[in-house]
Amino acid sequence: MNTTEQHPADTPRPAPGGRPNTPAALDIRNLRMRLPHTARPVLDGVDLTVGAGETVALVGESGSGKTLTSRTVLRLLPAGTTTEGTVHVAGDDVLTMNARQLRHLRTRTAAMIFQDPRAAINPLRRIGDFLTESVRLNKIMTPAAAQARAGELLEAVGLTTEVPRRYPGQLSGGMLQRVMIAAALMGDPTLLLADEPTTALDVTTQAEVVALLGDLRARFGTGLLFVTHDLGLAAAISDRVYVMYAGRIAETGPAASVFARPRHPYTKALLDSTPGLDAPPGRLVAIDGQPPDLRREPTGCPFAPRCAHATELCTTETPRSMPARGEPAHTAACHHSDRLEGTPGDA
Amino acid sequence: MPEPLLEVRGLCRTFGDVRAVDDVTFTLPDGGSLGIVGESGSGKTTTARIVVGLDRADAGHVRVRGQDRTTQPRGRAERLARARQIQMVFQDPYLSLDPRTSVEAVLRETLELHRPGTDPAPRIRELLDQVGLGTRAADALPRELSGGQRQRVAIARALAVEPAVLVLDEAVAALDVSVQAQILNLLADIRDATGVGYLFITHDLGVVRCVTDDVIVMRRGRIVESGRTADVLALPNHAYTRLLMDSVPRPGWDPHAIGAARRALRNDDTPA
Ligand SMILES: Nc1ncnc2c1ncn2[C@@H]1O[C@H](COP(=O)(O)OP(=O)(O)OP(=O)(O)O)[C@@H](O)[C@H]1O
Ligand SMILES: Nc1ncnc2c1ncn2[C@@H]1O[C@H](COP(=O)(O)OP(=O)(O)O)[C@@H](O)[C@H]1O
Ligand code: SF4
Ligand SMILES: [Mg+2]
Ligand SMILES: [Mg+2]
Repeated sequence: MNTTEQHPADTPRPAPGGRPNTPAALDIRNLRMRLPHTARPVLDGVDLTVGAGETVALVGESGSGKTLTSRTVLRLLPAGTTTEGTVHVAGDDVLTMNARQLRHLRTRTAAMIFQDPRAAINPLRRIGDFLTESVRLNKIMTPAAAQARAGELLEAVGLTTEVPRRYPGQLSGGMLQRVMIAAALMGDPTLLLADEPTTALDVTTQAEVVALLGDLRARFGTGLLFVTHDLGLAAAISDRVYVMYAGRIAETGPAASVFARPRHPYTKALLDSTPGLDAPPGRLVAIDGQPPDLRREPTGCPFAPRCAHATELCTTETPRSMPARGEPAHTAACHHSDRLEGTPGDA
Repeated sequence: MPEPLLEVRGLCRTFGDVRAVDDVTFTLPDGGSLGIVGESGSGKTTTARIVVGLDRADAGHVRVRGQDRTTQPRGRAERLARARQIQMVFQDPYLSLDPRTSVEAVLRETLELHRPGTDPAPRIRELLDQVGLGTRAADALPRELSGGQRQRVAIARALAVEPAVLVLDEAVAALDVSVQAQILNLLADIRDATGVGYLFITHDLGVVRCVTDDVIVMRRGRIVESGRTADVLALPNHAYTRLLMDSVPRPGWDPHAIGAARRALRNDDTPA
């Protein structure tokens, strides 16, 4: 939140990890969202950027607000929600767009890949029609150009030229997710939003899909927001990471420092509860309790009821995001960051 | 030598021209925990379904404490007796629970079926306590529970009849890491307390390392490697096991190399 004050809301800032002199692919500032009949905002002051060509992971447990954050970027909001704050995609403010601008955003500038490819595709239509539908309907390309582009992208995602004639039911989950990626790239998006795109895949197929996303960013310079609850995956693929808890960004920074030296007890707890190949065997350190639900407004730090480091202060005062000493890009919203072993204290 | 808790020998199952399970053999000792890993379509679920009795084998047999389960059960009593030997927990507890039945009623139905004439109330309290669900959750319907709580209900229902073997097919795959850790710890405690044996199917090698003593690695219906979990994960012998291990994301991970290794392995295959 400190950085927000240095940049007026209407001039998109370059993202910390992005390419210089290019507007950020995504710039969310102080986003606050309320759903009907709830006591607290479901997103509460979210600041998040994705630079041009940058890969950013958004992690957190289920219900923390990851999907709502990524859907807001395409202004796909549940009925009755109210929002405050700004969301810029490639320099344009999404929340104030008119219908024409919004259509352009959804067909050209940004695209989304979902967790379950089978749920997002019509089983009765051939893959080829599915791929070219949006650009044809929106008159972005001639049918011939669309077909040529689809062929090129299918090749880029490692599928053969006979796939357009197939129906979704004839492809495996991994192949179908590649089709979804190709479909998302049809309009040359500046920003790709991937909401748990590999959760339904097995590990070897996941690796292939991730390799593919890496190639595409190198080739097309696409910024990628990768939503996941797999911390190992986030650590492996992202330049920077955001850890979300109860609709707030608990911690953010370069992936290497967040995972090696977490400064928020929630990040640390998530890492400790992951059964890894290198973790000590035996019982896991589970996080007791559950995240706060939307019916009650927590006072102070929302993690306090589950936090081993909580003090009186934590239950009365909401912690603000503070940069680490010597590492301004690594921030955490915790009163007692310095109590975590091996972390640099607040600046 | 005493009979092993669960013995599976020469299991085969074909669907059309797909050999889903091809000569699978393993044993699970009393109170043991055996992992089955392998990529999607390798035959893990089909093996589990045959072991539980939800599908039949074309060849081979499944024995619990020396008793054959592959033949058709004779009558209701034998079918119930077999159900008490082996119980199963699935990936998505939502699909395996009746949306109109409360947690308490689910457990009561199961107990009345298998233990007629006994008051189910004390056992229900004991089960809820064992899986860490308060009595408040007892009156809840499945949709009023979180994913982790629903999985606890599914585990409680499976444990209600005191099975000798619990088969868990991707039972923690849909859960968040924090909830997954709670359930994995719970399963370890239950095994310590009751001596139940686990057949644990997952494609997460971190989970396998955490909850199993032994592991088998399946590929295209066949077992390509087996042994103590710690040994197999420390020194994998088969190229496919190494591929699975290299596929686990970690910092410095090279997903391109995995794709290449997977294709190389596929090309090396000599058609059977
Ligand atoms: N009822 C069925 N009819 C036809 N083919 C089947 C049937 N059940 C399984 N198969 C096939 O048998 C093979 C093994 O499937 P199985 O479900 O056992 O795999 P799995 O290892 O459990 O995979 P996953 O990790 O995706 O759950 C696959 O090729 C599958 O398509
Ligand atoms: N369409 C909706 N209507 C009402 N509540 C919703 C809707 N979508 C999400 N929520 C609620 O908002 C919170 C955050 O959800 P979500 O963004 O889907 O979390 P995540 O993706 O991190 O699991 C949850 O409490 C969820 O129940
Ligand atoms: S502010 Fe307090 S309760 Fe919140 S994470 Fe930090 S130490 Fe824990
Ligand atoms: Mg989500
Ligand atoms: Mg399966």
